[in-house]
Amino acid sequence: MPDEMAGTAGHRMNGAYGPVRRKEDARFVRGKGHFVDDIQLPGMLHAAILRSPLAHARIVSIDTAAAQAHPKVRAVITGQTLEGRGLAWMPTLSRDVQAVLATDKVRFQGQEVACVVAEDSYSARDALELVNVEYAPLPVVIDARKALDPAAAVIRDDLEGKQDNHIFDWEAGDRPATDAVFAAADIVVAQDMLYPRSHPAPLETCGTVADMDTVTGKLTVWSTTQAPHVHRTLYALVAGLPEHKIRIISPDIGGGFGNKVPIYPGYICAVVGSIMTGRPVKWVEDRSENLMSTSFARDYHMHGEMAATKDGRIIGLRASVLADHGAFNGSAQPTKFPAGFFHIFTGSYDLQAAHCTVTGVYTNKAPGGVAYSCSFRITEAVYLVERLVDVLAYELGADAGELRMKNLLRPEQFPYTCPTGWEYDSGNYPRALQVAMDMAGYPQLRREQAEMRARGEYMGIGLSFFTEGVGAGPRRHMDILGLGMADGADLRVHPTGKAVLSVSCQTQGQGHETTFAQIVAQELGMSPDDVEVVHGDTDSTPFGLGTYGSRSTPVSGAAAVMVARKVRERARIVASAMLEVSPGDLEWANGTWQVRGDPDKARNIAEIAMAAHSALELPDGVEGHLDASTVYNPPNLTYPFGAYICVTDVDAGTGEVKIRRFIAVDDCGVRINPMIVEGQIHGGLADGVGMALMQVIAFDDSGNCLGGSFMDYLLPTSVECPSWELGETVTPSPHHPIGAKGVGESATVGSPAAIVNSVLDALRPLRVRHADMPLTPANVWCAIQGHPVRTDLAIP
Amino acid sequence: MQITMTVNGTEYSREVEARLLLIHFLRDQLGLTGSHWGCDTSNCGACVVWLDETPVKSCTVLAVMADGHRVRTVEGLEHYGGLDPVQQGFAECHGLQCGFCTPGMMLTARWLLDHNPDPSAEQIREAISGQTCRCTGYENIVRSIRWAAEHA
Repeated sequence: MPDEMAGTAGHRMNGAYGPVRRKEDARFVRGKGHFVDDIQLPGMLHAAILRSPLAHARIVSIDTAAAQAHPKVRAVITGQTLEGRGLAWMPTLSRDVQAVLATDKVRFQGQEVACVVAEDSYSARDALELVNVEYAPLPVVIDARKALDPAAAVIRDDLEGKQDNHIFDWEAGDRPATDAVFAAADIVVAQDMLYPRSHPAPLETCGTVADMDTVTGKLTVWSTTQAPHVHRTLYALVAGLPEHKIRIISPDIGGGFGNKVPIYPGYICAVVGSIMTGRPVKWVEDRSENLMSTSFARDYHMHGEMAATKDGRIIGLRASVLADHGAFNGSAQPTKFPAGFFHIFTGSYDLQAAHCTVTGVYTNKAPGGVAYSCSFRITEAVYLVERLVDVLAYELGADAGELRMKNLLRPEQFPYTCPTGWEYDSGNYPRALQVAMDMAGYPQLRREQAEMRARGEYMGIGLSFFTEGVGAGPRRHMDILGLGMADGADLRVHPTGKAVLSVSCQTQGQGHETTFAQIVAQELGMSPDDVEVVHGDTDSTPFGLGTYGSRSTPVSGAAAVMVARKVRERARIVASAMLEVSPGDLEWANGTWQVRGDPDKARNIAEIAMAAHSALELPDGVEGHLDASTVYNPPNLTYPFGAYICVTDVDAGTGEVKIRRFIAVDDCGVRINPMIVEGQIHGGLADGVGMALMQVIAFDDSGNCLGGSFMDYLLPTSVECPSWELGETVTPSPHHPIGAKGVGESATVGSPAAIVNSVLDALRPLRVRHADMPLTPANVWCAIQGHPVRTDLAIP
Repeated sequence: MQITMTVNGTEYSREVEARLLLIHFLRDQLGLTGSHWGCDTSNCGACVVWLDETPVKSCTVLAVMADGHRVRTVEGLEHYGGLDPVQQGFAECHGLQCGFCTPGMMLTARWLLDHNPDPSAEQIREAISGQTCRCTGYENIVRSIRWAAEHA
């Protein structure tokens, strides 16, 4: 394991690790990627879904006769059709149920009501116009803060005895100890803040092609899924199909970001359509369907309080959260944690006590909540604590950088157990912050800011420091619907020394075909070019939970290391037979098994592989060939961290925010491919720009979604994003076999707080202490005027 | 309606519905699936192709509007000598992750470099500002296009 190192390291090769160019790109730059919508099968039909125009209404009747009569329509599916097959409702990843097609009521605008299967996609859309649904409108629950009012309409009257919109109460930490710390504090600051509903909006929407072979009874489903094995098991459980007769293929995925973890009603409809017609059925949603009905993110209404001494020592933290989960509790997180990992909210600071409560409620909005690179709600947690640190700095008149430096955990405190029980594996936080401040030229920036303020110009310097816990997770603590979060890996070395690694995780652009080949190559002394990575097909990969929550490198990556080491140990026995020495006389050096003290007597993996498949006599009890399989059950999460600094210029006359600079120092332990790691960080930083400044899924008081297209739901482009300035420190994870930590979501988790803190730092002379995201020009202008906006209830 | 267009140098004649979008014609009728559909509203640019000499968003162009015109898609970027420098640049500078926006980005990049062989980072950002990438944060796309400019 390399020693700790700091600074903006150049990209260089270290064995097989380093900035290897991606294997995937050869097909993508030629337009030869293979996405779900690219699939054309003989006789394939096309499905389209009719959706509710209302947020809450009773279904009086559905008349499908005209649609059925359309000459190109082959099937019309309603909730009634599905009821006959026991499929009108499906379990969610939070052990709730969700309507596949509505039978009794519609509960959000855009909810699935009927499905038409036709010869082509245009005809399917035409026929949707011919389905006649009569609705009886009901009162809507849109404002989450009113969801528990006694007078609020009950959304989930399908649940027996349900008389309110309450889903769960959950808490973590020590309430009495926290209350005591707060009682003894010199200063307590409190702030209400909303992390508004957003949407991951991968550029490729969700879709599927379902093909039931009526002769063999085998169902093949090509699907935009980040978790093909979980989907296979869920299809077996939901549809009652035998699991060995289900094959899920996840081909190239056009971005996921958590949007492609759940099973959506359209998938079930395509499967049923294929069963009904005996032909393959494709369903691909359009952009509005994606934004209005599939898994949203965030929607946390948070109240945070921070206790400190008068000299700026933070001693306690508490939070109460109202979580808007929409009409069905479909959020995807480990079972024991209904609020995800939000309770890691003490962040990167050395506190005495902390306590949080989270209450989940139903509203007439689309289901979801855990998505958009949030590391199971750590995004919300980091935003809360990092805003509170800045609010504290505001009240103390302190410098936000100095206040953080004073309170960060110190290197000697690791491994560190935080007040809510998470055991942080490794870290050197002050060093990361110092590197970021040095890169930014922090003192000079503050001087420049003072000069600009003297001229009446508004420049902001915003910081955030984040800690994530990623790589779910240890089986004894973490499962999804009872499936433990361990990942398998198979490795097979062919006679000529070329290897095939099969993994359960599913790339959506993270470059697994490259980095996982580098992992195996590093362990076996090979070239990454000689390792093929197989993924995305449940018939040819071992079981595992998929790619989300930054878990691929921490879990599947570790599995790849361990399976390669198993193969290496097998190779040792073969090499000992080849060299006619005992295995104990061999050592692994320079990518070969060599006789200790006699480097001339050595065999590399290619030589050993050929021998393992040959007539060579092997010791008794040793099988031939060169392969192994493993399952990796992580002992703990990995805890990446980072220090971010954002410099903004704010036009107080228009409210427009411009990001001038963004400095990001990330520590994700050992970097297998630093080029890919930096790409992951770049993308997450752009997500932060979107969330902080532009993106929101808001609703009007009738429950109409106000973010249902890219004309309304604004994504950052190349002109809103600055040229990112990245730095790194490397603090290896002590328990991961190669010291790596997850990084895919770090920047999405860490960056929104830095941007918001920067804008509010700019507005400090105007005495604006807080404003909720997104900080659009109108919203910033309103905040300057002293009239902050509820961003969940209107597009500001 | 009967339409005829030249796509990547090959002439195609097809009978199409008047309402058929150019992106669907290219993908579903010609099997050129390198161009992607992303939003329906001309915002994301995953569907960018050239109509004659101009990049257009083919989700908001009818196939019949391309009747008698030339279309160039990502499949037409490669030429006899191999990959276009733009394609090489994207692979060299990690200018893509999921690969969904990449064809449209590369076609705009090719157009930019044909008109401005030595664009600044700012000019590159302006040229691709009508297209969305959800993965890269744009920095490496800018570097990729600069790489192509330097390796023309």
